[in-house]
Amino acid sequence: MLIPHPLLGLRDAQEFTYLGDARLIDRPDGMAEGAEAAFAEYVYLRDNPAGVHRELWFHEQGDRSWLVVTRDTTTHEILGAELARDAKLKGGAA
Amino acid sequence: MHFSGLRVIREALTGHKGWKPLWRNPEPQPAYDYIIVGGGGHGLATAYYLAKTFGRARIAVLEKSWLGSGNIGRNTTIIRSNYLLPGNEPFYEFSMKLWEGLEQEFNFNAMVSQRGILNLCHTDAQRDAFRRRGNAMLLAGADAELLDPQQVRAMAPFLNFDNARFPIKGGLLQRRAGTARHDGVAWGYARGADMRGVDLIQNCEVTGFRIDGGRISGVETTRGYIAAGKVGVAVAGSSGRVMAMAGMRLPIESHVLQAFVSEGLKPTIPGVITFGAGHFYVSQSDKGGLVFGGDIDGYNSYAQRGNLPVIEDVTEGGMALMPMIGRARLLRVWGGIMDMSMDGSPIIDRTPVEGLYLNAGWCYGGFKATPASGYAFAHLLATDRPHETAGAYRLDRFARGYVIDEKGVGAQPNLH
Repeated sequence: MLIPHPLLGLRDAQEFTYLGDARLIDRPDGMAEGAEAAFAEYVYLRDNPAGVHRELWFHEQGDRSWLVVTRDTTTHEILGAELARDAKLKGGAA
Repeated sequence: MHFSGLRVIREALTGHKGWKPLWRNPEPQPAYDYIIVGGGGHGLATAYYLAKTFGRARIAVLEKSWLGSGNIGRNTTIIRSNYLLPGNEPFYEFSMKLWEGLEQEFNFNAMVSQRGILNLCHTDAQRDAFRRRGNAMLLAGADAELLDPQQVRAMAPFLNFDNARFPIKGGLLQRRAGTARHDGVAWGYARGADMRGVDLIQNCEVTGFRIDGGRISGVETTRGYIAAGKVGVAVAGSSGRVMAMAGMRLPIESHVLQAFVSEGLKPTIPGVITFGAGHFYVSQSDKGGLVFGGDIDGYNSYAQRGNLPVIEDVTEGGMALMPMIGRARLLRVWGGIMDMSMDGSPIIDRTPVEGLYLNAGWCYGGFKATPASGYAFAHLLATDRPHETAGAYRLDRFARGYVIDEKGVGAQPNLH
């Protein structure tokens, strides 16, 4: 698989480490009411869709940036990639 | 139809005209006491034990494709019970004991072959860990032997003992482990269940659950609505997708795991051998092909096919362990979709929906668990209590902090 890195162009997926669902960007507030349940859900539960999935890839053997990659889990087709920082600034992963 | 040596001879003399299909192909009834979603190994085993041990209920297995078309038909056929943790080892040893009596029990040749599994160790620390694991296995009633390098050399002289990075320092051997014919297991359970009145309904995909006031009343399928008293879901690989229809999120990601077969060779590998320094395991099928596998591809997938980097990685592991296989040609590569759970261990439990039960999260290791998983799930469906060997596989163990982390490598599914 080739991942279209927004700064570096097409890069081999082998340069990356996979973390999973991009919703991990939206970390719950540890001080909020019900934080324990929110964190249990955050750490362990997943949507796991068959189809389009937004997920985090770390360019470990490259520029060490985090990307949000949009990929179809039924075909391995990659539909897009953006810097995780940009996704976060836009208001989270959703 | 009863299989026996006499029967085989009689059929041979009469042109093999007397063989019948192993199971009926019934139309779905409007209602059942128990519906098992998923006609793979675990689903069929569940239906079999439910029908056999827990009374004459109306039972159906719903399979979206044909029986055994999922992971039971896509694995490397290894059976073993070499686990460490108290939540795991008694369960897998229970499974091993069921394997040992399986063929006599359901009168079907599943080609269970106890040719042994040898886990190689490459450091002193790893040998200590294997000694501990072996002791845990003995305490749970399993068998285990720690071999020194000479004993390993006598057993498998073709291994690369003097690998500069990973010299072989010994191995943990479980002689009762081995392999079984994966399709034979599915067919044996299917036939056994059918003979006990279970309706095995193929090409019937579940498209939704009907839930009234927190209780399940039936399932929507591509062949119409079917009412049910209790519904058990055993759809490894698709657990996340199916349970989402009941409004649940699971601690599971679906990943692809590839497996490989070489061309047929003369008898070479005595049993199952695993390379403890990497992730590589190999055995030889009865047809002579080397059957081997390694890591998952490492990202969510429903594609049932992998990518080339993992093929390279697995074959590198194989070459490091036994350089001779570099001369063998690779015949087939295939991929199955695994439920990678967040602690690497399975889930057999009730769900928040009354009457809806879940059997999921088998990661790589569902095949060896097939008999015990079916038995424990049938026990849970019939009695609403977990089987004594499966009490640790609760759905809420993550929130409660009772994860079963057999490999001790953290909560990321891609590390198991």
